[in-house]
Amino acid sequence: MSERQINVSQALREALREEMRRDPSVVIIGEDVRVSSFGVTEGLWQEFGDARVRDTPISEAGFIGMCLGAAMTGLRPVAELMLGDFVTVCMDQLANQAAKVRYMSGGHAEPHMVIRVGVSGPGVRVGAQHSQSLEAWFLHVPGLRVVYPATPYDAKGLLKAAIRGPDPVMFFEHKLVYGVKGQVPDSDYTVPIGKANVKKEGKDVTIACYGYMVHKSLAAARRLTREGIEAEVVDLRTLSPIDKETLLASIKKTGRMVTVEDGCKTGGVGAELSAIVSEEAYDYLKAPIPRVAALDIPLPASGLLEDATLPNERKIIDAVKSTLKGQV
Amino acid sequence: MSQVQLESSKLLDMYRKMVLIRQLENRLSELAKQGRVGTVHLAAGQEASAVGCCAALREDDFVVSTHRNHGHVLGKGGDINRLVAEIMAKKTGYNKGKGGDLHVAAFDKNMLVSNAIVGGGIPMATGVGLTISLKGWDKVVMCFFGDGAANIGTFHESLNLGAVWKLPVIYVCENNLYGNTTPQISMVSNRPTSVCMAIRDISVRASSYGMPGVTVDGMDPVAVYEAAREAVQRARQGQGPTLIECKTYRYFDHSEGQPQNYRTREEVEQYRKLDPIPRFKARLMELNLLSAEEASRIDQAASREVEDAIAFAEKSPDPDLEDLTRDTYGGSV
Repeated sequence: MSERQINVSQALREALREEMRRDPSVVIIGEDVRVSSFGVTEGLWQEFGDARVRDTPISEAGFIGMCLGAAMTGLRPVAELMLGDFVTVCMDQLANQAAKVRYMSGGHAEPHMVIRVGVSGPGVRVGAQHSQSLEAWFLHVPGLRVVYPATPYDAKGLLKAAIRGPDPVMFFEHKLVYGVKGQVPDSDYTVPIGKANVKKEGKDVTIACYGYMVHKSLAAARRLTREGIEAEVVDLRTLSPIDKETLLASIKKTGRMVTVEDGCKTGGVGAELSAIVSEEAYDYLKAPIPRVAALDIPLPASGLLEDATLPNERKIIDAVKSTLKGQV
Repeated sequence: MSQVQLESSKLLDMYRKMVLIRQLENRLSELAKQGRVGTVHLAAGQEASAVGCCAALREDDFVVSTHRNHGHVLGKGGDINRLVAEIMAKKTGYNKGKGGDLHVAAFDKNMLVSNAIVGGGIPMATGVGLTISLKGWDKVVMCFFGDGAANIGTFHESLNLGAVWKLPVIYVCENNLYGNTTPQISMVSNRPTSVCMAIRDISVRASSYGMPGVTVDGMDPVAVYEAAREAVQRARQGQGPTLIECKTYRYFDHSEGQPQNYRTREEVEQYRKLDPIPRFKARLMELNLLSAEEASRIDQAASREVEDAIAFAEKSPDPDLEDLTRDTYGGSV
């Protein structure tokens, strides 16, 4: 295995390039994908040309629906939504069409497509319509898979698995993790969809997180270690389906959970995780489950206000300590 | 009626299909009133559009349809037993009873999807065009939608993309003048008033995307066929999409059991006089392609086929409960 280090953006590009070389039915469709506004698809147009790297007009409902029709007839499209907020303008094609066509056709339709969603993200300071984390919405839509990698290794392996898989996959990419470096083999591999990863073991409390918040959670866990608290950090990697086995095994060990996400708290991923644990591991719980999430307001543009809105290391540490009241 | 010379076998096949669709729709309306079938969206009156368009297609060409899909399924040569069984949501239906009336997809005839979201299928059809184009197939895709869909964003986005990428798509707007109960142009008090559109012909929109647009008499199957044939030929030769507007009329309401006070009896009567089936029959008889005896044999055969299909569907089992969650995801899940 190679020891080389690359970042998430490079890892995603490698996945796309390798899959396009492996399978001529893989095509990239989206806005500004030839020049690549955020760098992930850079250089692919030069290698694969106009036919397979296709810039579209600004028409998300149109091109996401096109990807679905193309998938149903044999292509494996990888669509790019430049910003997470843009899921709203193609929601019919995602929730009514891509998610349902297999079921309502009685299993005939094969909607194998990937929708890469670039979450510009909380933390980038671009205000309410360019910063949303809407991944939780898609947990409520059977038929879709929801993937949210945090590391270069997972980004590459999960994207390959998504492209090869049978389902429409909402593949969330937080732009603040694009620069995160890590070891990535240059050999072919996939990371299975639906499997979480214990990033750091610990006995006192489970921190369930994904995407950019994995890095915040790991930083918080390192600081907690210095205070004698051993947090277990579970990177969910896939949000639909949630890897209950890994999550519940961790809860059964620690008896405590904190959830961390950069989307709004109400109706968020943490609510679902908390419900799963209360349904399936209630007897193991030693404390209530705090949810660390964004405030239930639109994201403000001001850096001062945005920081106050979003989760951070401090809020994670406070939440962890609240579960251990009287224990440490 | 158009003067085009067609093979008599083709004309008779079109006539048979139109009669079959009409008889099915009439019977489904009765069954709905008797509670023997759920909500159905009937296309009686629109047979010439469905059959004329599908007659221009090969069996391996693709079709994307709408909530009003029965004519498209039968026009494309779909199996009436499996169609009616799906309308009744039975296990033997085209889609195992999971789709129902709104979502019939006759995969064996490359009729890929029927959409209950107005305009929802137009991008998908355009994507089918992309596959055809990238794979270099000698096929086309025909995308049916109604006048209502011509006002939704996906119509604009898809026709623009289809034209820019010169995709082999035939966009067929079946303009039956009403989106549910709301008219395109209100004729109340004999003074036309725009309600949904400030234009008369939807086909004029084609020019704004850079593709040919044509309005045809959607009550004349041969006129429809001629327009469709030309569009199919263009698409197959790599010359890109066409927008065809078939001016038609539906005799039943949007769906069975809906309010009926939105149009006048006189208006319906006026369009009954334009009924495509008796007009086509008279034309075929005039051309000595059809005798009164043959016409009555066609009626009887259609009636038998419809009754057999209803009996087949009613006798068919419900879907298996153990199949309930299957087909949500691919693979083994």
